Amino acid sequence: MGENQQLSDHIVSVLVNNHPGVLSKVTSLITRRGFNIDGISAGNTKQSDMFRLTIVVKGDDRSIEQIQKQLYKIIDVVKVWTITNESKLDREIGLIKIRIPHGQRNEILQMINVFKASVLDAGPEGFIVEITGTTEKIDSFLSLFEHHQIVEVARSGIVAMNRWDKK
Amino acid sequence: MNGARIVIESLKKEGVDTLFCYTGGAVISIFDELHKHGEGLRLIQPRHEQGGTHAADGYARSTGKTGVVLVTSGPGATNTITGIATAYMDSIPLVVITGQVSTDKIGTDAFQEADVTGITLPITKANFLVKDIKDLALTIKRAFYLAGTGRPGPVVVDIPGNVQRQDYPFRYPDDPQLPNYRPKTTGHPKQIRTTVKMLEKAKKPLILAGGGINLSEANDELNKFLNKSGIPVATTLMGHGINPEDERLYCGFMGMHGTLYANYAIQNADLIIAIGVRFSDRITGDTSVFAKNAKLIHVDIDPAEIGKNIPVDLPIVGPATSVLKELNASDIHGNYSHWVDEIDEYRRKNPLTYDKEGLLKPQYLVELASRIFPDNTIVATDVGQNQMWVGQYYRFRYPRTFLTSGGLGTMGFGLPAAIGAAVGNPDREVLMFSGDGGFQMNMQELNTIRKYKLKVKMIIMDNSYLGMVRQWQELLFDKRYSGTDMNDNPDFLKLAEVFGIKAVRLEDAAHAEEIIRELAECQTSMLVHAVVDPKQNVLPMVPAGKPLDKVITKF
Repeated sequence: MGENQQLSDHIVSVLVNNHPGVLSKVTSLITRRGFNIDGISAGNTKQSDMFRLTIVVKGDDRSIEQIQKQLYKIIDVVKVWTITNESKLDREIGLIKIRIPHGQRNEILQMINVFKASVLDAGPEGFIVEITGTTEKIDSFLSLFEHHQIVEVARSGIVAMNRWDKK
Repeated sequence: MNGARIVIESLKKEGVDTLFCYTGGAVISIFDELHKHGEGLRLIQPRHEQGGTHAADGYARSTGKTGVVLVTSGPGATNTITGIATAYMDSIPLVVITGQVSTDKIGTDAFQEADVTGITLPITKANFLVKDIKDLALTIKRAFYLAGTGRPGPVVVDIPGNVQRQDYPFRYPDDPQLPNYRPKTTGHPKQIRTTVKMLEKAKKPLILAGGGINLSEANDELNKFLNKSGIPVATTLMGHGINPEDERLYCGFMGMHGTLYANYAIQNADLIIAIGVRFSDRITGDTSVFAKNAKLIHVDIDPAEIGKNIPVDLPIVGPATSVLKELNASDIHGNYSHWVDEIDEYRRKNPLTYDKEGLLKPQYLVELASRIFPDNTIVATDVGQNQMWVGQYYRFRYPRTFLTSGGLGTMGFGLPAAIGAAVGNPDREVLMFSGDGGFQMNMQELNTIRKYKLKVKMIIMDNSYLGMVRQWQELLFDKRYSGTDMNDNPDFLKLAEVFGIKAVRLEDAAHAEEIIRELAECQTSMLVHAVVDPKQNVLPMVPAGKPLDKVITKF
């Protein structure tokens, strides 16, 4: 599907009833319709019986529309909408366990400050850093380190909203 | 009331009178309650759960009611999978109730445990595992509501053994409590008005009628629309059952093995109104040039079908019947007689045809049966060449008279589907066409015919090949007939005899009419074992993925 068209990341928000198996219903549907999930996050909403999923999928505009229509066929799906690039507000959290060579602690603390990240834990071998921001920001923070310095990475996946209408 | 009894009382509340069921350890409680309180419920017990599920499907297709299946856990449930997938692909309403191991054993790999809701997730409209007795009645209510409304489909309800044995007061809810499930009941009036305007501008409009016409029982409205507007109609395989007064408006079925003139009409139309069609690869061929000269209006109950495979100029989301009613209420000014002449001219030059010399031809058998059997006969086919020949040469005039596995293409469907149709329509003729291959995939169900004294007329068109694949091998694989030779078939007459079914062999065209008449007039079930020309191919043929006008008419 869409082999000749430009593929890009799309963020799809899905409001679902908090029923058993609903997450697997959503992910399995997207997968079996031939789309790849690049990221997914799930959490509570203001209604205790509903969950909000934020899913990042690659596709062209037509295939994203098709995903939305297919998702609506799941009985527990309440609402599906996309986060448009123009009004996107998105954040991700990363926990990163970094090994720090002798004598580099200060230099790395400075980098952490520049990125407005924070140190959650410290030991003789290194830190655990929490960083919040866009996916790109976390990617660029990670790119500052040598591969062997990064011991572990846990990322939350994106949560996203459309901004207030400015008109 | 225990859970098992709640199941039965809920089925009665739904007006169910027929249950296709096969017992087992995890539904023993439900069968026990059926024994005690099953009055009004007719139990049809097949010899295999797959047969039972196809029978429920044939029952649903032919009657319009929801087919109900009851089977045990594990292998009982997994044996229904092909039947469920078949129904799902063709949007057939089924409620499949499966027993499950008790809730405290779920996830322990217990005896006859299978994750039925997991396995059936991609092949059901919805499925439910009932872990709490207080949800049982509501879940069954939901299952029937979901199966039968909007775009129909199979729904699975998985009920653990301990839930069947727990007690709970029975109250059947009126409301399925599904606030997010709101299928459209009418087409948008503005879209209908636009359709009328587009028809006024069109010179060569065409209706493309799909399975949705039968599911929505929109045949009468469509016939009325055709008579009124003079617009010609082509159908998909699943859309058979259209009968305009002017036979010239009828192009038969289109697609890979459709008539040349139906495909010609598609490729030369300037406006197509597709109703209840999902544009499968078997009907579009190469999508990039499908109906390349036409604006496309797509009417479907399922918004996800619109634009899925083919870009659409005007979508109308709604049931076929109500959309056609709205169209019939509109004035349509247009004279399309030149276009009808053009198609007719093309039809006269390129009729459906086959070589009538030599060995008995399967096409001839279908033509004969179509002429001899009553118009309202329900015809079930298997899958492959037999299915396509019936699609080409049998003239269906009524809704729900053609039962075939269009989407999944399930061999072994024909016989049990015919059985289900016979169960649901005891006063009508039910005729099955099968190949020698597909017939053997569920032939144990001959015993179901015997057991319930059903009247099913059967024609096995035996070419001793898996003919459709053999045809592809002839065309595309240099005649290497790998895996398609069936010359070790059993003696079908003796087989029928074992099950107490009258059977005759037919080997030459000279006796064909006499035997098909005997078949039609027989007051019991009867099987005709027709030995047909083994090298007949289904033609015309549009090779997979090719444009609809790049047709092979000769090998």
